[in-house]
Amino acid sequence: MKVSYKWLQEYVDINISPQELADRLTMAGVAVETVHYLGAAISNVVTGQIIKIDRHPNADKLVICQVITEDAENCIQIVTGATNVREGHKIPVAKVGAKLAGGLTIKKSKLRGEISNGMLCSGQELNLDAGLLSKAEQQGIMILPADTPLNVDIRAYLGLDDYVLELDLTPNRGDCLSMLGVAREVAVLLNVAMRLPETTPPEGDVASANLAKIDIQATDLCSRYVGRVVQGVKPAPSPVWMQQRLRAAGIRPVNNIVDVTNYVMLEMGQPLHAFDYDQLAKQQIIVRRAQPAERLVSLDGVERLLNEEMLVICDAAAPVAVAGIMGGLDSEVTANTKNVLIEAAYFNPVNVRRTAKVLALRSESSTRFEKGVDIGGCPRAADRAAFLMQQLAGGTVAQGFIDNYPSPLTKKTIVLRPGRVKQVLGIILEPQAIAEILTSLQFEVQTEVVNLLVTVPTFRPDVNLEIDLIEELARIYGYNKVPDTMISGVTNQGRRSENQQLIHDLKNILEGCGLTEVITYGFVNPKVFDRINLPPDSKFRKALVLQNPLSEEHAVMRTVLVPNLLAVLQSNHNRQVQRGAIFEIGRVFYPVEGQRLPDERLVLAITLSGDTANNWNSKPQAMDFYFAKGILETLFDKIGLKEVRFERHTDPSFHPGRVAAIKVQDKSIGVLGELHPNVLENYQLPHRAVAAKLDITDLLTLKLQQPKYKALPKFPAVDRDLAVIIPQAIAVQDLLDVIRKVGGKILTSVKVFDVYTGEQVATDCKSVAFSLLFQNVDRTLTDKEVAKKTDQIFKALNNQFNAEMRQ
Amino acid sequence: MEDKLKNLAVQVKKQLQQVATLDQLNQLRVQYLGKKGELTAILRGMGNLLAEERPKIGTLANEIRSELENLINERTKTLKTVAKELQIARETIDVTLPGKSFLIGNKHPLTKIQQEIETVFLGLGFNIAEGPEIESDYYNFEALNLPKDHPARDMQDTFFINTEVLLRTHTSPVQVRTMEKTAPSLPVKIICPGKVYRRDDDATHSPMFTQIEGLAIDQQITFSDLKGILSIFARQIFGEKTKTRFRPSYFPFTEPSAEVDISCVMCKSAGCRVCSHTGWLEILGAGMVHPKVLAMSGYNPEEVSGFAFGMGIERIAMLKYGIDDLRLFYDNDLRFLAQF
Repeated sequence: MKVSYKWLQEYVDINISPQELADRLTMAGVAVETVHYLGAAISNVVTGQIIKIDRHPNADKLVICQVITEDAENCIQIVTGATNVREGHKIPVAKVGAKLAGGLTIKKSKLRGEISNGMLCSGQELNLDAGLLSKAEQQGIMILPADTPLNVDIRAYLGLDDYVLELDLTPNRGDCLSMLGVAREVAVLLNVAMRLPETTPPEGDVASANLAKIDIQATDLCSRYVGRVVQGVKPAPSPVWMQQRLRAAGIRPVNNIVDVTNYVMLEMGQPLHAFDYDQLAKQQIIVRRAQPAERLVSLDGVERLLNEEMLVICDAAAPVAVAGIMGGLDSEVTANTKNVLIEAAYFNPVNVRRTAKVLALRSESSTRFEKGVDIGGCPRAADRAAFLMQQLAGGTVAQGFIDNYPSPLTKKTIVLRPGRVKQVLGIILEPQAIAEILTSLQFEVQTEVVNLLVTVPTFRPDVNLEIDLIEELARIYGYNKVPDTMISGVTNQGRRSENQQLIHDLKNILEGCGLTEVITYGFVNPKVFDRINLPPDSKFRKALVLQNPLSEEHAVMRTVLVPNLLAVLQSNHNRQVQRGAIFEIGRVFYPVEGQRLPDERLVLAITLSGDTANNWNSKPQAMDFYFAKGILETLFDKIGLKEVRFERHTDPSFHPGRVAAIKVQDKSIGVLGELHPNVLENYQLPHRAVAAKLDITDLLTLKLQQPKYKALPKFPAVDRDLAVIIPQAIAVQDLLDVIRKVGGKILTSVKVFDVYTGEQVATDCKSVAFSLLFQNVDRTLTDKEVAKKTDQIFKALNNQFNAEMRQ
Repeated sequence: MEDKLKNLAVQVKKQLQQVATLDQLNQLRVQYLGKKGELTAILRGMGNLLAEERPKIGTLANEIRSELENLINERTKTLKTVAKELQIARETIDVTLPGKSFLIGNKHPLTKIQQEIETVFLGLGFNIAEGPEIESDYYNFEALNLPKDHPARDMQDTFFINTEVLLRTHTSPVQVRTMEKTAPSLPVKIICPGKVYRRDDDATHSPMFTQIEGLAIDQQITFSDLKGILSIFARQIFGEKTKTRFRPSYFPFTEPSAEVDISCVMCKSAGCRVCSHTGWLEILGAGMVHPKVLAMSGYNPEEVSGFAFGMGIERIAMLKYGIDDLRLFYDNDLRFLAQF
């Protein structure tokens, strides 16, 4: 809704600036988005008249105009290429030094040898939006009415010396989609009286009821239909004042009949339609649902396919309008229209909204019906329109209305408890103050013993409950006058749940390990399943499909997280960021048979590619399988997850020889591996990459060990190295298991410190060196004891794995 | 004997002058003062002396011994000092060379801001509640006083799985689920962070973004309390001097409703491009929980009241870090992520 500051002043005296007004309205819930001055770019343009037009001696397409702005003595010569100007026309004249839209400054100039001391202006050059001008006006100089006085500043004449407040109304405030609605708010805020426009037209002798018949068949969708007939009108352009107001509100002037319907809609918020009375078959109006596949050519010339859900206005023969949205072409008011039927109706908001959506046809009219118009205001709007048509287009207004109002609305009455106001807002408003505010908003207030009985005006369909009234009080009282207080009540503490804390910690640990957190979209391209090598029958391919995705890129909900991270590495690689060590903790979604909502699981994915930083004094380190494994081991250690094992595994996304299942008590909670070369190729990653995926939802069910103090050892530790040669195929984990078992209590730590294959070891074999640490909590171990234990360990290894001592 | 001792002392002193290293010095000590040293050897001959000479020679020998020891110790000190000085002089490094580079990790800026906001509300007695990202129409809309065909559904363009299941457009369904679970117990004080989805993709909208909402229900919670809590929040996040402004607004699930502005963090309210020269920045929406929502969730709106608020974490992060393009958050350019 665009509100002309000048127009608004017709209804209410405003003693503050447009910007201040905008602020006051905004702070009372009528949000003003922008305030702009229509004539901002225009200066030194006045009304003038062309008194003579001569051919240009040197140019066929130019003419030389003699223009007067003050008196005949001071003739200004202006050369123009315009073709729509004639001698005697009144036009806007930009004098030398004038400024026009687009930053154009007018200078004295010579066009093909002829002096030109200014310019004749088009509408666009005067900052009028092309959409608000007729085709003819868009193409030529703006021709002003013959009675235009000379030498008037064009800004004043065209109403460009005005500010427009553009409202950004919330959906509940349909009542402010009208000048009077806004004026009402202004009057309350400035505490001044409102002036209402004249609405009673002089009436002729013929009764409206005898001229037309209105029949509402779909009373559920049309609760009221008011008709008024004006006979003998003469369609013509509207006066300048009306045109300028319509333009200020963003509506293109058409003719005095159509303009009046729009004007009254803007003024009162009631959309109106004017039918050419003589084009209505049998002068009959029938309001009904459309028949299946019924068609109507709307005012804009488009044929509309209707359905049974849509409400149409018909004459005795066929539809003549889509109710509340747009009129039909056949009954349109034209230059030849003589008699007019004005429609002021109330259509069901939901139905109008649905129809407008299906037809993709939102109009000023539908916007208002959707929000609910003032059902009590239909006759007044019809009156006002008839009054203005009679004034502007002449003719006679037929006597009375045809008012079809099957079940008149009883006004809503709400009990308002001042105690409740305090309970909700936290401020004490005396009943007197409450009544004052509500009365100023045109609610009727009766005081009962303690409570107030409030009757809601019909123009406020959004007010239905006590809380709605409390909101009215709060916004008029002023939100910012309400003090800031602290919640009172019993104590309670805020804390993260164990799981929330764990996830919080995980992020910190991973950050500490040098990983960067990424956040990617929950929806993915279904092609990712191919990109990560999933077989056709993989359960991960069963993803939820969006009905209305933005694009194929975002078509299904993710079931796997690693591909998103690979895509991140890929896009970074494309930007020459080669090293990537990233993680994400996010949800994946598995559809579950027979369940409305999917299973949402929290998963962690880690992806690494490239080397660690190259430094002048240290070699870069490949971020490979073992690098990633180290991160996971650190992570498990930090969160107290014990007994995690990595076991050989198969997973189509990973390198078959370099992938492990991560298991806790034989339950798999994740996978770690180097990505399959095919996957790397699909993501155009030139370097190897490793990835890990971990089901956090599973992890959260596991027992985590809380840190617990153990006394520090009092007796010295003894370390021994043990290097054995074993067949390649044997997993070091198996050796470690045996070492720990045999080592027993006194073996406090065992570490692998070297793995060697090469010349000094037989092919198919590897040498593995362990560093063993022995310690007894009660006493110092003797060399003999340690030697014995070490020997037992070796023998066990030799027994079970054919391990030989490396010499 | 006396002469022998004196000569020895002279000899040692002379040699001491020539000693250049600690090793040589040690040799010298061993040569003269060691167990098998020359001084010791001389003293062993004391047995041959006359009894009356013995004390005199003995005293002299001890004097010489301690004198020589002192001299050697002093010399040791000097040599050590010299050696250290030499070592230090050799070992100068270029302190301007860069240090070892570690692999530096980073939490996503949205996580950082989310955690920061969580910390504020945890301190105010709020717990953190979570819920599904894929929701039923009921929890996302209907239970929030947004029946089908409600015009306000247009405010949030929705991704659908089917007519009844959708991607949540806000984290408000978590509020409803929490109230349903808790009712009729009191109080409810939660914040609900999480991802939400709206069918919008342009410079200022991302189809997925992160919200954090809050809800407090108790016997006497007022609009005034809402203002108090949010003013604290704004000051904690944006600085002690931050002012807040509450503008009336409309949400179907709260009434009265407000949009909350803070004094512009960029220009300190002087007016700039970021605040469109108003001095104010809109950061969140809030209001008193609508009685219908309370009733649907199992609370008697006559007995309890509550407030709710919600904000986009991206918006807060953009203002705090001065980020001018929303899309950067989900672009995951590591050069961007490394900045936080």
